[in-house]
Amino acid sequence: MEAFWAFLTVFTQPELLILVAVGTFAGIYIGAIPGLSVTMAVSILISFTFSWDVYPAISLMVGIYMGGVYGGSRTAILLNIPGAPSAIATAMDGYPMAQRGEAGQAIGVTTVMSFFGGLIGIVVLAVAAPFVADFALRFQPRDYMLLAVLGILLVGSLSSGSLVKGIFAGAFGIAIGAVGRDPLTFAERFTFDLKIMEGGISFIAVMIGMFGVSEALLQLQNVNMTAVRQKIDKIVPSFGTIRKYLPLSLQTSGIGVIIGALPGTGGDIAALMAYDHAKRVTKNPAVPFGKGAMEGLVAPETANNAAVGGAFIPMMTLGIPGDAVTAIMIGALFIHGLNPGPMLMIDQPDMFWFIVGALMTANVFMLIFGLTGIKVFTKIVEMPRSVIIPLILLLSIVGAYAVNNSITDVYWMLIFGVFGYFMRHYGYPLGPVILGVILSRLLDDNWRRAIISEREDLGRFFGGIFSSPLSLVLFTAVILIFVSQTPVWSVMKTKLLGKPAS
Amino acid sequence: MDPNFRGDADHHDGTSDATPGGYPTARRPGELAFAIFLTAASLGLLDNAYGIAGFEALSSPGAIPMATSLVMVITAGLVVLRTLHLPKVANETLRKDILPITVILFVGFLIAFGLLLKPVGFVLTAALFLTVSIKVLSRKGWSYTLAVALGSLALIWIVFRLVFTVLLPAGVLPEAEFIQFFRSLISGGAA
Repeated sequence: MEAFWAFLTVFTQPELLILVAVGTFAGIYIGAIPGLSVTMAVSILISFTFSWDVYPAISLMVGIYMGGVYGGSRTAILLNIPGAPSAIATAMDGYPMAQRGEAGQAIGVTTVMSFFGGLIGIVVLAVAAPFVADFALRFQPRDYMLLAVLGILLVGSLSSGSLVKGIFAGAFGIAIGAVGRDPLTFAERFTFDLKIMEGGISFIAVMIGMFGVSEALLQLQNVNMTAVRQKIDKIVPSFGTIRKYLPLSLQTSGIGVIIGALPGTGGDIAALMAYDHAKRVTKNPAVPFGKGAMEGLVAPETANNAAVGGAFIPMMTLGIPGDAVTAIMIGALFIHGLNPGPMLMIDQPDMFWFIVGALMTANVFMLIFGLTGIKVFTKIVEMPRSVIIPLILLLSIVGAYAVNNSITDVYWMLIFGVFGYFMRHYGYPLGPVILGVILSRLLDDNWRRAIISEREDLGRFFGGIFSSPLSLVLFTAVILIFVSQTPVWSVMKTKLLGKPAS
Repeated sequence: MDPNFRGDADHHDGTSDATPGGYPTARRPGELAFAIFLTAASLGLLDNAYGIAGFEALSSPGAIPMATSLVMVITAGLVVLRTLHLPKVANETLRKDILPITVILFVGFLIAFGLLLKPVGFVLTAALFLTVSIKVLSRKGWSYTLAVALGSLALIWIVFRLVFTVLLPAGVLPEAEFIQFFRSLISGGAA
């Protein structure tokens, strides 16, 4: 019963309801405007909301997250520019549909399907998280350590870039997180005897730099890209259309929730995998994939919104982020003095049910805003980049400065912005860096706890792993991801299956 | 669309973890140098991490830093080896595609912003920054530039200074007095 009241918190406090609505509305536009990403918005917002209470701050972020994941599809359909990373797959079939003059229908189906996917994600979160949290109480320090490593590896291996670069990015993030005085022994780490390094590097400065500044710098190269406006008519899709794609959307929502729930991997990866899945299972699409197939629109859009709920599962139950945005939200909770993990679920279940309620509300608002206000939408999205880019940079500076009122953070932001800019150009994923920064402390603490409890004996440590089923599964997963990316794997595959690996 | 698609000659997008930028089968200008830089920097970090506690104990404060910087050295080294064998992208140059003059200019603007923020104050620095950068990017007339720059600055200032109550360096402008005046105006109007 208490859980139910906590779930309803959003509705009993009009202020929170408005914040979720504002967040969702803003999220749709942030997601839709190319160059503004949800990760960027949430990382900048942390620093602006940290003087607020935790509920309003979370309400706003949840709204932006939900709306933003959906909003990216709009520009993907209308302009062939994915407004957010999670909408990359949407552009493949959405834009061809718009070219045929079916933009309205494409947007309508996308909206309803995003709502549907979001709903499934939230339901799974509400049902699964309490069990996972109970289970998580039995996790040993070494399991946390393995989970952290697994999360960083997963981003690298499921994305289409190179795993080696992903691992580098993750390790780099852990190193950034280790800078400063060690909390246990007070030893200086990576400080190079500089006074300003002793307190460590503000992770908000790192995030804003990596996701805000580097993105803006990258967009400088596309300043003059112009958008082609599409005509939009009938938006609300018929019930028959929805029913037709329901089975597929259930499957792809499943993919979305699972990918979202895996530590580290989020909506963008889920969307691409769901698109692949749709291509495999749809035997006779009415229109071929890539030419405007409705299936190619339904799959990624259900999956990326389902991934939102999924991403909260490891975040709330283990304190391990499901994707880059939940990594930033963990940072936000830290700032508000909360420590996400199984104990938070048990000590403050209200917090969890409140988030579920906020997500649900955001999902409904997304449906409402999605099916209305298209006219205004096209106007705002056509805002010239020559104005947007300077504004993003200005907000980034304000955001980095505001957390500690320190100019040093602005410089850190700038350094990581330029660094992230090169990383983007050369194909190093940025998600693992943020994951590494957030997980650094958890990894370090749990490793030391684990190895101290085994009296510094590596043999006993591995003995522990092999005697616990959970640790063994996690350990095997880590090893498998490694092996699957090395030449050894393709050789083994050829030998075992008798055919060359793809 | 090819899942390994990374954009064409004028459209590189590295925003997503699912499809990071770069090309899987070709080397972009400066990519090798960047990889070599990362390897060298990682070696530096490894040396520094060794200095924390050496091989004193598995649970020492230096254990994880050493492990991570070792992983960085190995992976960065592997990237160097791989990149070395890749053919160069034919139609790209460092000047045009990786570090165009606008990007360098804007990094300069941001450094200047940081330098001026404390002594001059947020409002004036931001006004200067927005005006100059919008002028540079849009290449439109001064009236357009000033209207957009100052208009959006006013909006940002109201939202962040008043709604989010973010503290920003006041610098040379009497900002606090102005807010006080503004507040008394509102409360006066409400009474």
